[in-house]
Amino acid sequence: MKKILSIVLTVAMTAAMLVGCGSTEQAGSDVFKIGGIGPITGGAAVYGNAVKNGAQIAVDEINEAGGINGVQIEYQFEDDEHDAEKAVNAYNTLSDWGMQLLLGTVTSAPCVAVAEKTYADSVYQLTPSGSSVDCVKNDNAFQVCFTDPNQGAASADYIAQNNVGSKIAVIYDSSDVYSSGIYEKFAAEADAVGLEIVAAEAFTADNKTDFTTQLTKAKQAEADLVFLPIYYAEATLILSQANTLGYAPTFFGCDGLDGILAVENFDVSLAEGVMLLTPFAADAKDDATVNFVTKYEEKFGETPNQFAADAYDGVYIIKAAIEKAGVTPDMSASEMCDLMKKAMTEITVDGITGEGMTWEATGEVNKGPKAVVIKNGVYTAM
Amino acid sequence: MKNMSKQLKSNLITYGIVIVFYLLMMILKGTGNLSSLYRGLLVPICVYTIMAVSLNLTVGILGELSLGHAGFMCVGAFTSALFSMLLRDSGMNSIVRFIIAILLGALVAALAGVIIGIPVLRLKGDYLAIVTLAFGEIIKNVVNVLYVGRDSNGVHVSFKDAASLNLLPDGEVIVKGPQGITGTPNDSTFTIGIIMLIIVLFVVINFVNSRSGRAVMAIRDNRIAAESVGINISKFKLMAFAISASMAGAAGALYAHNLATLNALPKNFGYNMSIMILVYVVLGGIGNIRGSVIAATILTVLPELLRGFSDYRMLIYSVVLIALMLFNWSPKILDFRSKYSVKNWISKKRDNKEEV
Repeated sequence: MKKILSIVLTVAMTAAMLVGCGSTEQAGSDVFKIGGIGPITGGAAVYGNAVKNGAQIAVDEINEAGGINGVQIEYQFEDDEHDAEKAVNAYNTLSDWGMQLLLGTVTSAPCVAVAEKTYADSVYQLTPSGSSVDCVKNDNAFQVCFTDPNQGAASADYIAQNNVGSKIAVIYDSSDVYSSGIYEKFAAEADAVGLEIVAAEAFTADNKTDFTTQLTKAKQAEADLVFLPIYYAEATLILSQANTLGYAPTFFGCDGLDGILAVENFDVSLAEGVMLLTPFAADAKDDATVNFVTKYEEKFGETPNQFAADAYDGVYIIKAAIEKAGVTPDMSASEMCDLMKKAMTEITVDGITGEGMTWEATGEVNKGPKAVVIKNGVYTAM
Repeated sequence: MKNMSKQLKSNLITYGIVIVFYLLMMILKGTGNLSSLYRGLLVPICVYTIMAVSLNLTVGILGELSLGHAGFMCVGAFTSALFSMLLRDSGMNSIVRFIIAILLGALVAALAGVIIGIPVLRLKGDYLAIVTLAFGEIIKNVVNVLYVGRDSNGVHVSFKDAASLNLLPDGEVIVKGPQGITGTPNDSTFTIGIIMLIIVLFVVINFVNSRSGRAVMAIRDNRIAAESVGINISKFKLMAFAISASMAGAAGALYAHNLATLNALPKNFGYNMSIMILVYVVLGGIGNIRGSVIAATILTVLPELLRGFSDYRMLIYSVVLIALMLFNWSPKILDFRSKYSVKNWISKKRDNKEEV
């Protein structure tokens, strides 16, 4: 009897809770409601927080300057723990809130799951940093960052054109979508432009502290350039272990290496001469970047990385598309989506992650890759 | 009601809860009173309740601690998703295809259960827990290096990378190693989930009351005594383990067809998930099937209810989890609850009335 009673109570409580949360379909509002999704807890929290903060700065700037066409922006960010299932929950939470435009999600795998939902609901989506090709498979989704294959191809082209190296070793994370995505395209493109890959050594997320084996193989193969399509945490280990081995090739990385100079207890002199292809360098001297970096450091007490910059640009891209499309906040999300889709292919945006960014209907961005080299402990444009 | 055995009554209540929950949700959904968040949570609730019930069979009925349950879910998820992807453009009815996918996922997971069970079930207690943990991780890692592609020549499999599949230009890569499977058809619905849950409950409850189930429980309670009366220990242990694995495989199929992307990360198929499911079982009560259902539902919904706390969400979730555990299982609180329970209060009142 006691059990039955407790169960009845549980059911009643749950029901009461659910009824309380009944959705209210909003056909319009007087502000633009932009939602964001990304990991702000768990292992990938660094990226989610950067996006959340970067976008917040852009939103504050726009609102202070009077909004978009005189309309203020409301911005809400939900956590997805870098998990596809949680990302869908976050998306549903934002839908209940009345989100009209989505700036997200931050990481690739959850982004694919959410993209399927936004497509079904016909909601405009702009991912600041979801770099997998599948993120923009549907016509309502667009990217701020390069796709992984583009980064791989651009790296191979850059190395070949500038004669940075001829015998190349690659160390990549085979358990990571970002890393293996870049590697596959890099390998294909390297073949096409006549670069020789003498060693391709993989590691996995479970085994990423000792890289001596991979480095020894690269050394034995006499590679003069080591390509690192990985994140900076592992790269710092590779650099210090290569130094111990007395192996000094050129190291070349992608945007994942951005942040390497900020790692604690890492001897920055080891990173001297490392080249990386990144759309954003925090110490660039142009006004827009200086303005963004100063505000970010003031407000959040740390130097922004590329993810924050992508999100910052993302908000301005949405603003440009809204202005071009003549979208007003009283429209429904799917009406907005149709107009925004068309406007995206017509706008050109100058941001801090690239100048003259344009979009194809496929959703991929066109912008020139920037290569930087680390000299005297700072990023220097090449 | 009086003529019914206590057992039957208890079982009917369990089914009743599930059916009432289903009807309630359908009514709320039909009248538009269910927010998108809850609509999105309905299928995950089914997935995790099935996982909890199936693990309860291993932990509660068989009495062996398994820490690799998410591995079986992973097997079921990938098998079924691969099957659906291969037949996606065949024009097959999506419900028929999904049912075959679920059965296939369950079957392959059961096979994995047998293969793993044969060596593992020779161990006991902590040793068994550690070995299942290792097997769960092995499954996850094997899936992470698996590449499957298809072209006009048929299906190609590789354990190296996508390039070594040697696909013709018309081919497509379906399983892309760590990138997993993307574009799985969205076939999972709440109705199918609830039907699966009821089938799983039916299987487990009837298994417990069957000849084999009693044998399994006899092994749990006293292995030597069970052996002395001629129970084939290995056979019954393996049977329970395989049934448990197959149900986890079915849950995996439901999971895979609910999301457009499927990859084996430590978070969804690693030991983190195995332990999460163990938490559902322990909170609901080891061996208590109904408890597993309720605990899994509450703990699936809870993190979403706490979204208002933003950064402190997971911290508060953990605190609530500790509080729930204490409330449910601390001996002192159990004492207190039995002293001051509503049931006692009602029956005391009734007694008083009768005396008057």
